[in-house]
Order: sequence, then C-alpha cells, then structure tokens
Amino acid sequence: MLQDYLLPESVADAIEVLKSGNGQARIIAGGTDLLLDIADGKKEAVCLVDITRIPELKKITLEDGVIRVGAAVTHNQAAKSELINEKAFALAQAARSVGSLQIRNSGTVVGNVVNAQPAADTAVALVALGAVAEIASPGGVDLVPVEKMYAGIGKSAVDSTARLVTGVKFPARSKNQGSAFVRLAQRRALALPMLNVAVMVSLEEDRFQWVRIAMAPVGPGPVRATGAEEFLRGAAVDPEVIKKAAREAAVQADPRDSALRGSREYRLAVLPVLVRRALEMAVAQAKR
Amino acid sequence: MTTKLLKFTLNGEMTEVAVSPSDMLVDVIRDRLNLIGTKKGCGKGECGACTVIMNGEAVNSCLVPAMKAMGAAVETIEGIGGPEKFHPLQESFMDLGAIQCGFCTPGMIMSSKALLDKNVNPTSEEVREAIAGNICRCTGYVKIEEAVFAAAKKMRENQIGRDRNEQF
Repeated sequence: MLQDYLLPESVADAIEVLKSGNGQARIIAGGTDLLLDIADGKKEAVCLVDITRIPELKKITLEDGVIRVGAAVTHNQAAKSELINEKAFALAQAARSVGSLQIRNSGTVVGNVVNAQPAADTAVALVALGAVAEIASPGGVDLVPVEKMYAGIGKSAVDSTARLVTGVKFPARSKNQGSAFVRLAQRRALALPMLNVAVMVSLEEDRFQWVRIAMAPVGPGPVRATGAEEFLRGAAVDPEVIKKAAREAAVQADPRDSALRGSREYRLAVLPVLVRRALEMAVAQAKR
Repeated sequence: MTTKLLKFTLNGEMTEVAVSPSDMLVDVIRDRLNLIGTKKGCGKGECGACTVIMNGEAVNSCLVPAMKAMGAAVETIEGIGGPEKFHPLQESFMDLGAIQCGFCTPGMIMSSKALLDKNVNPTSEEVREAIAGNICRCTGYVKIEEAVFAAAKKMRENQIGRDRNEQF
C-alpha cells in the first residue's frame, strides 16, 4: 500500500531514499505504465520516488559527439528536440509513435526502457543507435547497453527499488550516417506496435561501413539482426542488396502468435518490408 | 498513511488540498475540489476524457499522481470559460455540432486548447495529432476538427484585434 510520495531534487537524494527504503521505495518518472501496474497488483511500492524534479535529469545534451537524454525527458520533448531530429532521427520518430500526446507529455524515454516491454518504441530506436544506460546506485554508476537492459519479457535488468537509471547516451550521427524507425500498428495513434524496426547505417562512399538493425516484438526485448548486419558490412549500397539483407534479418525474428499484434506467419512475412524501408530511409539520410 | 498538503495553481487560483500519496489528480479535481467538468472515462490513459493542461501540456489526469501537481499550474475546462464568457473553443464546439453526448468534450477541448495556446494556425495533421488521444464515440471527428479550426480562426482574429488596440 502506497504511503508516501517524494519529490527529491537531486540524484544523491533519490538514491539515499532508495537505500533507506530497503526495497520498499520505488522510482517513478512519468508513471504512465507504473501506476497501472501498481493498480493491477503487478508491482508494489510503499513509497514512490518521483525523479522528474531533478534538474540534471530534464536535459537533452550534446557533448563531444555524444547525446545524453536524461531520465526525466518526456517522449514529446525527445520527439520535438531539434538535436534528436537532426542527430538521432530514429529516436525522434520512435518517441513520436508512443501512445497519445497526453501519454507522450508524461511518459519518459528512459521509463520506456526500464518498463521493459518487448516492443517499447524508443528502446528499439536506442538499441539501433547503440545507446548505453547510466545506472546510479549507492555503489556508484554502471554503464549498461540498452540491449542488455531486458531480463525477460516485461522484466527489466534494473531493479527500480535499488537503482536509478539517470539517462541514456549514444553517439550523434556524423555526416555519412543515418538512422530511421518504422512501425506497423492497427491504427496511427494509441496502438501497440505489431512490429517496429529501427536501423542505423554508416556509409563509406557507395558501401555500408556498418549497420545496426533492431527489431521488435520478436523476442523478449529488441532483437539485433546480426546476420543481416554482417551481410551488409562492406556491401554495396544497392536496392537488391538491401532487399536481401531485409530477408536475412527476418531469419533472426521469432514472433509469437498474438491476438493483439497479429499472427507469427503474417508478421514474419511483413517484417522484411519494414526492415527494407528503414534501411532505405536511413541510407537516404546518410547521403544527404 | 501520510497525508500530504498539495499546493498548486488551479485555474489561476492558488489551491491547497490534503491528498493521499496514492490519489490521482483526476479524483482530487473531481471529488475533493468538486470540479466535475473533467471526466473520468477509462482510468487508464486510453480515452482522454480526463485531459487537463499541466504546465502548458495536455496530460491524462487519471495517470498523474496528485503529488505530481505540486507547484504546478493546472487548467481544467472550468478555468477556460463558462456561461458568462465562453472560450472560442467552447463556442465553436457548440455552434458546429461537435458535441453529442458531451462526455469527451471537456478533454477534447483541453487537448485542443493546449495546441492552440502554442499554435493558433495549426495544420489538419497537427490538430489530429493533438486530439488523437481523445476518443469520441458519438460524432466522429470531422465536426470536432472543424470546430477546432473555427476556434483557431476566432482566436487569430481576436489576436489581430488586440494588436490593433495596442497600436492605438
């Protein structure tokens, strides 16, 4: 039963509350998922520690080519950020796809990752962007790739009663690079993704230098299409090559039959189309 | 359970109310402060009936812990206009048949107001994005969109009128 709600103004204070709470205090950011989980009895908290008043967590910054998105940055702030749109387009597109505007005004990008749903739009984009999460605890700060933030379906590797993810960081794209996010859903708003794909490409003249492809929900968390990534390394930027890579990517997907998200068969059939579109968009951006 | 004293600005007035840590903003607004214009539909952030404007942004008040409003400025449908003087959005919704049962209307108007406060000349795409989180089961959305455009036009004209008055 919830008995207290705190609004600390520094990371140190938030950590201190977690420590003295002994597993009974839990971090809350936007709360758009957490509050429903608490209402349904899926998660418990005696004390909620709201981190959205901590100034350093509210910022999107660029330093030495690295973009950092603080844990209190909402989806809408990320979607509207000029920096994110210019340097990490996949994240801007993913953030724009989440829920409704009201949800995007409350829910945070980092919360989307910590909530650990298999198809969290921004988590898929962050994996493609090569993002790393900063996790603060009484013991210090750990850096964990967003890809490794999933401990199972709907289960985060971060225990929010003991540790606080303060932000995510990833390299800003350089001139020869591009990223993109595409999504298939039943409606254009307030709809869970049936599939979502994010890619980042780095080109060297007419060839792929490297590519990162993240797909969901085709596993517990965003799944990397490492086979297709390997296939594209050094390959020519060519429509046929991209098509072949997209088919290769689907080999690593293992979607389930889902009443909400569509059948396994259908999703395996359309996944290559989404991967191809994402690659084409990212290539177009890299060439601009 | 600890009770907390929530202090915030509600429709322009400093408001203090004792809340429990588990209270949601929609319940405090409706049941404690008796402003029942804000509706509670799904209680899960899916219907938008409970939309209020907090610090300039539309949010689902059913998913906002009351304590998150500490120190914030919150606007509800009661704060933007009433029978003595309606907001242009309220007028347009009535004039253009954008209301049938009315349950979605306060939320629909607050989402629209959050948009028009920032952008008084929105595109169709922007209007649709702004109200995509508000479900109407009566009218469909055409009349609602028309009402938002009509209100935007009125607001632009009022703005021009005010600018002229300031010049003289």
